[in-house]
Amino acid sequence: MDELIPEGTEGAGETAAPSSLEVRAAAERAARTSYGRLVALLAAQSRDILLAEDALADAFEQALRTWAVAGVPANPEAWLLTVARHRQLDVLRSAPVRTSAPLEEGKTMAFDLGAIDADAIPDKRLELLFACAHPAIAADVRIPLMLHTVFGIEAASIADAFGIPASTMAQRLVRAKRRVRATGISFAVPTRADMPQRLGFVLEAIYGVYTIDWESLPGIDGLAAESLYLAVTVAALLETEPEAWGLAALLALSSARAPARFVDGAFVPFDQQDPRRWDATLIREGEAYLRRAHGMGQPLGRFQLEAAIQSVHCDRRRTGSTDREALLRLYRALVSVAPTEGARRALEAVEATPSDLLQE
Amino acid sequence: MRYTILLHYPEMMAQGELDQAAIEQGQAAFTRYATDLDSAGVLISAEVLAPTSATTTLVSVGEELRIQDGPFADTKEKLGGIFVIDVGDLDAALGWAKQAPSVQWGPIEVRPTGTYYENGAWTS
Repeated sequence: MDELIPEGTEGAGETAAPSSLEVRAAAERAARTSYGRLVALLAAQSRDILLAEDALADAFEQALRTWAVAGVPANPEAWLLTVARHRQLDVLRSAPVRTSAPLEEGKTMAFDLGAIDADAIPDKRLELLFACAHPAIAADVRIPLMLHTVFGIEAASIADAFGIPASTMAQRLVRAKRRVRATGISFAVPTRADMPQRLGFVLEAIYGVYTIDWESLPGIDGLAAESLYLAVTVAALLETEPEAWGLAALLALSSARAPARFVDGAFVPFDQQDPRRWDATLIREGEAYLRRAHGMGQPLGRFQLEAAIQSVHCDRRRTGSTDREALLRLYRALVSVAPTEGARRALEAVEATPSDLLQE
Repeated sequence: MRYTILLHYPEMMAQGELDQAAIEQGQAAFTRYATDLDSAGVLISAEVLAPTSATTTLVSVGEELRIQDGPFADTKEKLGGIFVIDVGDLDAALGWAKQAPSVQWGPIEVRPTGTYYENGAWTS
């Protein structure tokens, strides 16, 4: 079996083969952390998201078999990318015939996996996000498409979150993916002129990843961190979009309170949370993003307002009390800018709270 | 990628509905548009169609092939012209489509070519 072991693979040779559980865990970890990154890279050239997903699924399947024998490679992401790329090329070469026959292992192992530099794998997820947000894609499927292709959330889970049947969502996603390729939508960050039309959808999708209770779904974690990372990346890339910085601030400040949200497995509402458990670094980071957004001197958008509300709450760590008047002002502004059910209820809740209850 | 920019607009049928100056202005705008596409090296072909009063339609009815006067579909906006271009992606095609002079008078459709016939073979 030695000839099947690619260069640059750890655990080769004398080391005992890892258990199937270890292999599965490694593959699942790679799937969680790298799925969107790999789909974005694989689809960037061909614009064929379906093919990229198929190729990646094949690569994962092959990983389970190969890693069980050869060990988990030092860089699973690079391993998966290379195997998926070859798979994709095989399919493109034999187009239009799409075969589901498994790869010949010897053939795919002929390339040098050791030559791949993990840090050199570019992140094309932003380009994929903006492609999914293109106005040529039906508006109601743009956000589901981003959640599915960039964040790897299953169609059935997205269908649940959007309150539509799973089969309908699956159909919409496939149709949208076909349309990306057929219409020739490029995987590129749009020009400044096209930005306003698309940015809102991208920010909404990133926000959705953070807020929808995906964590209760099996096999999903780390999405909150991913969404914060992408929010900051989008904001930094666009530099002067206040709402992008507003979203980055919102997610940072909200994430800062995560360590206090559960104590001994029980949920703690934020007014009862111990501020000492909040993450001071994330609070500083969020405050900096918020200042940056406000410094741009444009009218306050929804994400900046929500971030400012978070900032008022986080200030309890410093002052020991919550500024009810500031909360009222911000919630009223939020209800007028984005009159969602959630915002209205939150405003009512603050209005109903006597000011002395907010003091500690 | 090849795209066809399909220009739809209402036809000005009645004589004198548009004055000569307006017609000339429109023609000049289309000439500028075609020249811009051509000098950018993206133009494959440009056709401005005669009014539908000059069109003849073939329809197969059962065994019979009928020849009839007038357009196939009676819509307010007619297909008035096509520009075939070769550009990198949809955004580039949309960018050119936005500049078509008729965008003020009627909808413009931008559709990728599925395949085209060249040098004796279908090419994609």
